[in-house]
Amino acid sequence: MLRIHLKLIVEVAIVLAFSLGAGAQTAPPKRPDATKTNRAAPAPRRDLSGIWDVVDRMEGISPTGVKSHAPFTAEGANIANNVYKPGDGPRRVPIGLANDPLDGCDPAGFPRNLLFELRPFQVVQTTNQLLLLYQYQKVWRAIWTDGRQIPKDADPQWYGYSTGKWEDDYTFVAETVGMDERTWLDNAGDPHSSDMRVEERYHRLDHDTMELTVKIVDPKIYTEPWLGRDKLRLKLMPSNTSTMEMICAPSEAEQYKKMMANPLSK
Amino acid sequence: MRNKAFGAFLLLMGFLAVSQPLAAHHGAAGYDMDKQLVMKATVTDWLWANPHCFLTYDTTDDKGNVVRWAVEVSNPVDMTKRGWTKHSLNAGDQVTVTVRPAKNGAPIGQLLRVVLPNGQTLIGWNPAVR
Repeated sequence: MLRIHLKLIVEVAIVLAFSLGAGAQTAPPKRPDATKTNRAAPAPRRDLSGIWDVVDRMEGISPTGVKSHAPFTAEGANIANNVYKPGDGPRRVPIGLANDPLDGCDPAGFPRNLLFELRPFQVVQTTNQLLLLYQYQKVWRAIWTDGRQIPKDADPQWYGYSTGKWEDDYTFVAETVGMDERTWLDNAGDPHSSDMRVEERYHRLDHDTMELTVKIVDPKIYTEPWLGRDKLRLKLMPSNTSTMEMICAPSEAEQYKKMMANPLSK
Repeated sequence: MRNKAFGAFLLLMGFLAVSQPLAAHHGAAGYDMDKQLVMKATVTDWLWANPHCFLTYDTTDDKGNVVRWAVEVSNPVDMTKRGWTKHSLNAGDQVTVTVRPAKNGAPIGQLLRVVLPNGQTLIGWNPAVR
């Protein structure tokens, strides 16, 4: 009797052992936690993929314009002082007198979208492009990485025409030309010409940190090259980060104008 | 507490000819940075939209006249970070608002803070808080 019980116990134990082993084999594989990043991990080489955000929100927004810029040429000073009427910065005008193209929902354009209201953006790399998807105004840019030459006479575009390459395993450098001169450089009404060239430098410090430097070269408007961003700190966000839309819709802009202006007509 | 100069703006309204649209990326050039008005208000509309969310409300001046105000805060993304939602304010809510008024005396301004019916205070316009 005892021998039968022992045999039964062993048989049950064997069945259980196989069951547990089979269960372990069919358990779902462990996925990386999408709610976290991994600063301690080595930075991937030649890879900026992911969602990035500025470390300092106010610095990213820069409501009063760039921190400093090179001196204006005569033409630059004329546009800055007599033509553009910004809503903020050292030359700001009272409400109602501003002529910022953003007010009517013209595109912010490049590089203003890096120098003003830089918020979360996502980098996606394909075989021949580095794509940047921006929360602000929900626009994207494509930087060609297929080795093509920057065009000598690019058609004006709100966000320009960009090519880029890896300077080393952790530094990506892009050049942009053909930026529509209707765009402003920043929220302070600093101008640029259609001949401006912009260099972006993304330098990855570690797995979770990157620096952005933006150089402006525009001899028509500024007497020398200058930095619109100088090693602006960016941090990698968890891959499941969801960002709200920030779109300038003409209908909403019109509604805002009507609702705030209505009390004045009563 | 009601600023006694509050009623003066009613006279100014008739002379104001401002019809320019309000800029969406303006600084505080049009607002009186040295003045804050505290008003008991009845919410008429709370617009959760870009470029700026804004609140309209009715308040009564010193002479018993009901005046409609429109005050702005920041965009929905920034307001969400400060604890606001599209349901934070509803038509009919009885609230207390602190407002930085326009320099020209019109009933428009920046909403600095609001005390909700349940006693909670929400911070409104504060460019330093993002």
